[in-house]
Amino acid sequence: MQFQLIFSLISGIFIGGVAGYLGTLMLSKKMSVVAGPLAHLAFPGVALALIFGFNISLGVFPFVIIGAILIWLLEERTKLPMENLAAIIFASGVGTALLFLPIDKAEEALIGSIEKITFWETTVVIILSLIVFYVIRRLYQKMMLMNVYEDLAVIEGINIKLYNLLYLLSIAIVVALGVYLVGGLITAALIAVPAASAKNVSSGLRSYKIWAIVLGVISVIAGIFIARFFHLPTGPMVVVSNVVLFLISVIFRKRSF
Amino acid sequence: MSPLLEVKNLNVNLDGEKIIENLSFQVAQGEFLTILGSNGAGKTVLLRTLLGFLPYEGIINWQQKLKSGYLPQGLTQLKLKDFPLTVQDFFALKNPVPDIEEITKFLHLVGLKKDILKKTVGNLSGGQFQRMLVAWTLVSHPNVLFFDEPTTGIDIGGGETIYSLLQAIWEKEKLTIFLVTHDLSIVYKYSTNVLCLNRKGHQCFGAPKEILSPERLEQIFGTEIKFYEHH
Repeated sequence: MQFQLIFSLISGIFIGGVAGYLGTLMLSKKMSVVAGPLAHLAFPGVALALIFGFNISLGVFPFVIIGAILIWLLEERTKLPMENLAAIIFASGVGTALLFLPIDKAEEALIGSIEKITFWETTVVIILSLIVFYVIRRLYQKMMLMNVYEDLAVIEGINIKLYNLLYLLSIAIVVALGVYLVGGLITAALIAVPAASAKNVSSGLRSYKIWAIVLGVISVIAGIFIARFFHLPTGPMVVVSNVVLFLISVIFRKRSF
Repeated sequence: MSPLLEVKNLNVNLDGEKIIENLSFQVAQGEFLTILGSNGAGKTVLLRTLLGFLPYEGIINWQQKLKSGYLPQGLTQLKLKDFPLTVQDFFALKNPVPDIEEITKFLHLVGLKKDILKKTVGNLSGGQFQRMLVAWTLVSHPNVLFFDEPTTGIDIGGGETIYSLLQAIWEKEKLTIFLVTHDLSIVYKYSTNVLCLNRKGHQCFGAPKEILSPERLEQIFGTEIKFYEHH
């Protein structure tokens, strides 16, 4: 029982931290909402896993990653905003799934199941989080410049196509991890909220990144303990903690205009 | 002077529309070329084509390896306010990241002090922001600068405009500058050559005093324009 709590805490901390970090990039690209539709792509995967009786996460990852690659390919071709494309991919994935799959059974994917995470799953979460953290760290400055003004990034010799792909794959992995933690319905909160709170209280890039990671981690720890104490579902409690921290950050908002 | 850039029979079509038609001109090393024209005449398109962003037909021949510095029209302070970046953070987005001494040197060149590094980009004054952008462009030691309508006529403090700052740097650093504008007064004051474009395909190219007759200006801008000559 105690081991279970430790596994949940450790994997939650890693997911919350990396989601917060990634969120800072997504906020500045004005696409933090993209995580939502991507996370919903987990549902068909979960439903398939239920039908054929394999591990749920094996269903989630392929769907979300294929979704990210499709967004990338379509963006290259159509130059439509990624946000818009995410909505299309999400609608086609979930729509098709609703036609054929018992998606109502995929309840677990709705609010997450971090409280049941196993040792091996925890190990995988840690490894994936570390890889994604490293990748984001490597592409951070370049992505930021692309977000500021894409032409300038080209002049600085940045391979836009490659970085967009790495970026979307990072989002896909973080989203899939987020589905574990809080479920597909509210995964976007893990990415969008800490970054927003961090932006409220920071005045430079460094503090922005650090605050987003710290707030992401705190909300996971708080969420897990509060949910345990009051016998409430963990995933939603993590998201509510995040929102509470956001409201506090609004009070301490740095003055800028 | 040997030509740095040779453009011959350049045609640019975007979405099936002819934006630039049969354009030919040459630019020598160290020139200050102003690209003049009314709205929609294709000035920005020309600049972005020269920079290699857009597909084209014809010849664009750079005589040496182009190391360009570019200030696009859309890079406004309003846009940057969305980012929690200090001036130092903004310089750190360059690839490779310049060291602090280098940044400080160019901040001094544009008349800014070192303590501005810690300020948030969104909180700079309009003049400081313009100067900072110029320094940001220069810090990677470009040999050709492309400026797309830096805010017209804005007083950046100390009685200077962004153009007089550019000219001072142009003289000091021996750069080649491509400047897009529709501000006539600066054409006479600063540029060595003028390239004019308009929607109807009328083009002209040459030293400002030789080519910019009142009739020509009317062709470019329509009848509204008043003719001033600066000395």
